[in-house]
Amino acid sequence: MDNVMCSQADKFLGMVPYDWTMIVIVPVAKILFIIAVIIGLYTPLATLVERKLSAAMQDRIGPNRAYIIKVGGKPLTIFGLFHTMADALKMFTKEWTTPKSADKFLFYLAPVIGLVPALLTFAVIPFGPPIQVCDRVVPLQIASINVGVLFIFAVGSMGVYSAALAGWASNNKMALLGALRASAQSISYEITFGLTLVGLMMVFHTVRLDSMVAQQVDLLHWGVFLQPLALVLFFTAAMAENKRIPFDLPEGESEIVGYFVEYSSMGFGLFMTTEFIEMSAIAFLTTALFFGGYTVPTWVATDHSFAMWNVASELWPAAFFAIQMAAFFFKVTVLWLFQFVVRWALPRFRYDQLMRLGWRIMLPLSLANIAVTAIAILAADGDAAKGTEYVMMTGLVMIGLFVLSLFYSRKPRQSGDSGHGHDHGHDEQQATVAAAHH
Amino acid sequence: MGKIIKVRAQDAEVGAYEKAYLPEITKGIGITLRHVVKNLFGGDEKYTRTVSYPEEKVEYPVRFRGAHRLTPREDGAPRCVACFMCSTACPARCINIVAEESDDPNIEKRPKVFEIDELKCIFCGMCVEACPEDAIRMDTGEHVKPFTNRADAVYGKVDLLSMLGRTEKNGEQPVYRGAHEHRARQAPQHSPEGTLPVQDEQPEDAH
Ligand code: SF4
Ligand code: SF4
Repeated sequence: MDNVMCSQADKFLGMVPYDWTMIVIVPVAKILFIIAVIIGLYTPLATLVERKLSAAMQDRIGPNRAYIIKVGGKPLTIFGLFHTMADALKMFTKEWTTPKSADKFLFYLAPVIGLVPALLTFAVIPFGPPIQVCDRVVPLQIASINVGVLFIFAVGSMGVYSAALAGWASNNKMALLGALRASAQSISYEITFGLTLVGLMMVFHTVRLDSMVAQQVDLLHWGVFLQPLALVLFFTAAMAENKRIPFDLPEGESEIVGYFVEYSSMGFGLFMTTEFIEMSAIAFLTTALFFGGYTVPTWVATDHSFAMWNVASELWPAAFFAIQMAAFFFKVTVLWLFQFVVRWALPRFRYDQLMRLGWRIMLPLSLANIAVTAIAILAADGDAAKGTEYVMMTGLVMIGLFVLSLFYSRKPRQSGDSGHGHDHGHDEQQATVAAAHH
Repeated sequence: MGKIIKVRAQDAEVGAYEKAYLPEITKGIGITLRHVVKNLFGGDEKYTRTVSYPEEKVEYPVRFRGAHRLTPREDGAPRCVACFMCSTACPARCINIVAEESDDPNIEKRPKVFEIDELKCIFCGMCVEACPEDAIRMDTGEHVKPFTNRADAVYGKVDLLSMLGRTEKNGEQPVYRGAHEHRARQAPQHSPEGTLPVQDEQPEDAH
């Protein structure tokens, strides 16, 4: 930045007792940026993608009629872009009905409780490289706090209150069923969600997200290569937390409609917004944890490895910065879109399948992942390069283990079910029908 | 305790490969992605078969009859002679005719009002069958236009006359086969030997 400007700014800031730049102005600017990107860009885009991309997946055209102005006598529709606006407008202008017997306070509170933790997640995710403004280094992360990932768990698990309260406050049995399902599901997957990242914390020796990203400068040090199984488990658990298809049992549109059945207008809109925000949160988090965040790996011919593309000196720093930001948002967008694809590609789980996947497959695997990673790190005995190799090797072994465990977890109880008639309900392979006594 | 009937659920044939979820999930996602890519950038290879209706139209099959119309005489007046055959035949009772005297001395009556309520009509074609004058036809090949008002669904004489049949649309001259045409065609055959067949005069009870 211009030196004259900097000195002027310093002079001005020198008059105030504290460094307000770092305490107030910079964080507020970062918060506004993130809010603008998430609420202003990804969320409206999500409604559009949800309509248009899913249309393309299902061999439909999707909405394409809304327009505001006509150009040359033809309505200007821009691929149905205005449907996003129409959707938002509809949400805001519809009547907000409240059930007579609802607990009013909690009923209004529930959607907000869902929205806030979803947004708070972004506070600790670095979305760009640290930049230098005058003589200050500004990390592009709203809050670089010590607890890092743990903060995300703490805040993220608040989300379940939203569903639980919404279901309870509605005073509707379908809503309550949805809330029960949501609570059970969230709690089940919360454990895997947390445990999968323990391996990552051990590999990176930190829980701070900025330092995790900084350690992923080498392509081979990306979380996806060090902890491939953790990535699969983490992404699955995160999607289950977000209650989207194939884990949409709390919503279950076809049967119980779900915990937000009584919500209309923007109340429902907030739940939907939360869902979309959480999708971006998952994409942001996965990018930072497993895909090297904002780093751009390049092949270094001299030592035959990938390394951080450190061309800041050769290239105009602003361009380098722009490339890194673009890399980050590219990765985020790919992962974000991937969630839509998964949604429309996979059928739903049944509730017992969901629970079995959570408790019998994902939880043991995440524990095994921790154990194996620990052994690999111990075996490497502090040798960083060796450690990486070991951990990567164990990652592959773990993937194999994962596949095997899925194979064996299918039929949990084969023997012993004859002669124990009362036990049959446990096994969905055996449907038992009680008929007339002979 | 009741008698237990064991019903073994029939699973689809699943081997280790399917049970491992991940490969199958990847395959499913691959299929979805293929559809996305083809539908968005595929050009002619799209899976999407949607027709954007008002702009693009599917041509109806030739045997689709479509909405009714009243056929015109050479001077443009309806061929209808207000005989009420169609309205009598109509099972939906949706034809409303008001007759008036015709100016033409050869024609007794003509319709003052001829309305078909397209909301009530079941498109059975009875009216077409009943008409002795070939005055009402279902050969437009078009469906009834959408309307926002019930009154718009009642097609009057002008609406019915303004519609064209498939023949006219193809630029050909339509041939009408009403009672008039029959009379005209039979006229030159009224030669001395052209008397009516004898069979017609046989008594009905001759078996
Ligand atoms: S098509 Fe059938 S229902 Fe319709 S006007 Fe003719 S006779 Fe009536
Ligand atoms: S049957 Fe034919 S001629 Fe008779 S009223 Fe109907 S349209 Fe007119």
